[in-house]
Amino acid sequence: MIELANISKNFGKVQALQGVSLSAEAGSIHGIVGENGAGKSTLMKILTGFTSRSGGEILCRGKKISLDRPSDAMRFGIGMLYQEPLDFPQLSVLENFMAGEAAFAPGQARADLARLAAAFGFVFHPDNRVETLTVGERQQLELLRLIHGGARLLILDEPTTGISERQQEQLFAALRRLKADGAAILLVSHKLEEIDSLCDTVTVLRHGRVAAAMRCPFDRQALLQAMFDSLPERLSPPQTATGKEPVVEFDRVVVTVGRAGLHEATITVRTGEVVGLAGMDGSGQAVFLKIAGGFLPPESGQIRRFGRTLPNGCGCSRDVAFLPADRLAEGLLPGMTLREHHILAARGHIFLSAATGLAGSRRAIDDFNIKGHPETTAEELSGGNQQRLLLSLIPDEVRLILMENPTRGLDVQSADWTWQQLHRRKAEDGAIIFASPDLEEIMAQATRVVVFYDGRIILDTPTAATDYHEISRAITGEAGTTGPSDEVGRSGLLPD
Amino acid sequence: MRYVQFMKHPLFSRFARISVIAGLALGGVGLLLFTLGISPVDIGVTLARGSILSLQKFGHVLTIWIPLLLCSCGLLFTFRAGLWNIGIEGQVVFGAIAATLLLREENLGLPAAATLILAHILSFIGGGLWAAFAGFLKNRGGVNEIFGGLGLNFVAQGLILWLILGPWKRAGVASMSGTEMFARELWLSTPPGWRLAPAALVIACIAFAATAVLLGATRFGLQIRATGINPTAARLFGIHPGRTGLLAMAIGGGLAGLAGGLQVSCVYHRLLPSISSGYGYLALLVVMLAHYRLRPVPAICLFFACLAAGSIQLPIVLKLDSSLAGVIQGACVVSALLVHGLQKRQRGEL
Amino acid sequence: MDPATFLAALVAMAAPLVLAALGETLTEKAGVVNLSLDGTILLGAMTGFVVASVTQSLLLGFLAAGLTGCLVAALVAVIGVWLGQSQVAVGFALTFLCRDLAYFLGNPYARQQGPQLATLPVPLLADLPFFGTVFFTHSFIVYLSFLATPCCIYFLYHTRHGLTLRAAGENPEGCWARGIDPNTVRFLATLAGGAMAGLAGAAFSLAVKPGWGHPQGCEGIGWIALALVIFGSWHPLRVAAGAYFFGLLQLLGIAFQDSFPGIPGQIFQVAPFPLMIFTLILIHLSRNTKNRYFAGFVRLFGSPPPRGLGRPYRRP
Repeated sequence: MIELANISKNFGKVQALQGVSLSAEAGSIHGIVGENGAGKSTLMKILTGFTSRSGGEILCRGKKISLDRPSDAMRFGIGMLYQEPLDFPQLSVLENFMAGEAAFAPGQARADLARLAAAFGFVFHPDNRVETLTVGERQQLELLRLIHGGARLLILDEPTTGISERQQEQLFAALRRLKADGAAILLVSHKLEEIDSLCDTVTVLRHGRVAAAMRCPFDRQALLQAMFDSLPERLSPPQTATGKEPVVEFDRVVVTVGRAGLHEATITVRTGEVVGLAGMDGSGQAVFLKIAGGFLPPESGQIRRFGRTLPNGCGCSRDVAFLPADRLAEGLLPGMTLREHHILAARGHIFLSAATGLAGSRRAIDDFNIKGHPETTAEELSGGNQQRLLLSLIPDEVRLILMENPTRGLDVQSADWTWQQLHRRKAEDGAIIFASPDLEEIMAQATRVVVFYDGRIILDTPTAATDYHEISRAITGEAGTTGPSDEVGRSGLLPD
Repeated sequence: MRYVQFMKHPLFSRFARISVIAGLALGGVGLLLFTLGISPVDIGVTLARGSILSLQKFGHVLTIWIPLLLCSCGLLFTFRAGLWNIGIEGQVVFGAIAATLLLREENLGLPAAATLILAHILSFIGGGLWAAFAGFLKNRGGVNEIFGGLGLNFVAQGLILWLILGPWKRAGVASMSGTEMFARELWLSTPPGWRLAPAALVIACIAFAATAVLLGATRFGLQIRATGINPTAARLFGIHPGRTGLLAMAIGGGLAGLAGGLQVSCVYHRLLPSISSGYGYLALLVVMLAHYRLRPVPAICLFFACLAAGSIQLPIVLKLDSSLAGVIQGACVVSALLVHGLQKRQRGEL
Repeated sequence: MDPATFLAALVAMAAPLVLAALGETLTEKAGVVNLSLDGTILLGAMTGFVVASVTQSLLLGFLAAGLTGCLVAALVAVIGVWLGQSQVAVGFALTFLCRDLAYFLGNPYARQQGPQLATLPVPLLADLPFFGTVFFTHSFIVYLSFLATPCCIYFLYHTRHGLTLRAAGENPEGCWARGIDPNTVRFLATLAGGAMAGLAGAAFSLAVKPGWGHPQGCEGIGWIALALVIFGSWHPLRVAAGAYFFGLLQLLGIAFQDSFPGIPGQIFQVAPFPLMIFTLILIHLSRNTKNRYFAGFVRLFGSPPPRGLGRPYRRP
């Protein structure tokens, strides 16, 4: 039904997609898998007209089409279910169902919604506000809306993250039914189980290119190998010098922020450890780091840092450093110079002159090899230099370093250098916890690996005792230790 | 090529921007006057005569410049912290009330100088508390500082009316013309022939210098800026965004309160319902036109004060309404916003 | 004063406020704050009076006032929506620009006799006991204010465009994904709200407080309208109710002036603002509370602001 030929996309100098071709047939489900940053989301956004492409062609029923804006995509019957539903929380279910349709007929829409919901086994109260619904229910509503709007090609982006088991079953049943009705479905997922049970064909993306294309039944081993870069079994094994003292202790910590939240996380990180957090984006690692840093209070459960319980579970202190993934938006102060960053990070200096902190800043710039001078502003630095700046801002007394994607945007040499610095910085009585989409990095740098899946810790093991395959299987949900999901609809709308 | 290089020089681009903004605003107003059959040149001459061309008139300009500068300094603190302190008008009023509280007492038993000093300290505290209340409402009550501040402005206005018409009314008569005049020795001393008290001028200049130092040359100033730029990142530097914002509000409100106190002690010598004369709102326009930077503020304050003082001559000389000053001020700010927006679009940020 | 005359005076006095507050409700529902309301109303009042005086046509006066409101709103929308500058900043600057422009341009017409809207008693209905006097012996602009509330509700909650407007204020990204350009919607909503504010101004200068002067007598109404939109928490019915409540307070202020000379009438002018702050606090607390009854209770009277309010939308 839809064919993508040689699609490419670059953001500035970064090549996000390169010559990607795939086709979605009517009456079939096509899976798209790949690591974080493999280009899945960009590809889907091009298909829905949210982003423009840099090159290549899109064919709909054999005819070349241009997709410049979402309304174009709608005209060709392309509809997408976004990972974070793009709906209107304060509007009612019925209004969400109708928004964007050409005709306005609430009575008709109400009947249509009831008919469609009944057909798929969903339950909705049309007059409830959408903000009272669970993510799964919001997704069901979006699905019905797309079908009602005449979508013949449905794109689903990680649809099962954060929804209950029952909702997942309902969704799969709905997808199978739509397939039987002749719709084309593109399923973006990292869960191999889903791909196995639903898809007829699958395309694997890696680094913006098609790494493999397969038909059902799939060879799991081959899929995994195509998804992740192949690796030597063991890199230089990091020395394990785990101390006795606990640095961070999580005791059944629960939060519902983000798509997956964090589900009863219990873990103790001890001095000397370097813990690598693996998992697909939004599986709980980011939330875990925010809680550990004291930037997000847990909804239940307890957190102890250096043996002390945090007041209200929240509070930052000077012995913890946090390096966020979105450096400019969360970690740095755009518009302020490097010198000013260094002044703020250091102690002392009540009164400032143009020379204050200049020497310290110069030293840090030299030590950390930042391409800039003390009066460069943070946003003028490249991504890699921003990361080096963040590293140079870590105060000396820090005992716990928390990081998201520590080496994203760095070339191999700077990444190596960064890790040398980090290992050097790590105090005898401190620890490092970092999340990374790069398994190679985790295997090479961490003494302990923790894998998150859907807000749960699915695997927690010393690096020496595991291997690359076990981790990549855990990331895709195959550790065999996933407990039954016990999330239920908050609004109580779903029958048991 | 040379030419293009020249145009890209920051000094040139700043100068070009200022002239485009001024040209747009003054050209627009000039065109309007022209279509109405009024000569813009006459207007210009009248405004200049009424403001800078006589020493006595210039004294009047300075009496406007002082509260305007104080309020603008206060606003620089809050804007740096990323807060839109629209409640500044109420803070001026509250400062005036706080100063009057002390100045209208007849037998305090303190020397006049001490009373005056105390009254100004009290006006700083009064304005600061009123602003801190808006900040508290924001931090704890989820009331956006814009709506909270606006509401508190009107509450302060109601309070001042109640005081003047109620408890503090002139013996026998409650009148909108204000409270009883203060005792003569509690007026901020003005040398003969002067329109303003030198002490007020000194206070305003000190306040500006202190603002420049605090914001530009202390760790505290950096922390305020960090809070305004990115509260999330500021927390990583150990800064508490809520507390820093509250402190910025309090200081900003204090300076506005001080402006109100000076209005009472050295301009009117009593409490009036319109004690703020809208200088708080005018200061918001000043700081917006300065694009939230410190350096242009005194000059813009002077320009606005000249317009305000000179426009008093318009009804007398040309039989025109004095509100033309406000038209020019507003037109400058709107064209500045337009030019900044167009530049943003040109840079591809939209 | 007998109750019927009192209520008749109330609805007549509140008419411009209802129009302005409902206009701002439309604008804010689409996610734009038009802070220039106070200036727009004055400029509308001046334009309406001058045009009506010069042309001797009340209709042209009202049209000119509405158009003026549209123009001011267009400036807010261009700078605040399309050029991505702070909506508060541009609205605030325009408040003062418009106010002073109105005084300056209107100066030659100050304190002059001008046309005034006549009352149009509705045949038959005006003879009804009590209700006839209260509702059906007014000028056309008062009838318009009666119609505005149901029309607004119908438009917002029972038409496709109303739904689109609310969607643009709620989540502009979601709007874009559904094939609607939120900035166009916001632009149009701002224009409509501005036109209503302009009409409200003309309602003052041509009906409620006829004439033009410095001051005109409608100063501060724009700020009150802004407060009422929040007090009514963005629902036309509650906003209109707030406007009538405010009118009542003002009338009571005049009525009680003699009995309680200690309380100046101006105090009543201030009443909407503490109420507005109180409403905002209640809404905030109800969203963070675990007490379902309290949250449900507040829900009856208030709802949170549109989520996209004041946030400019940038095409990805």
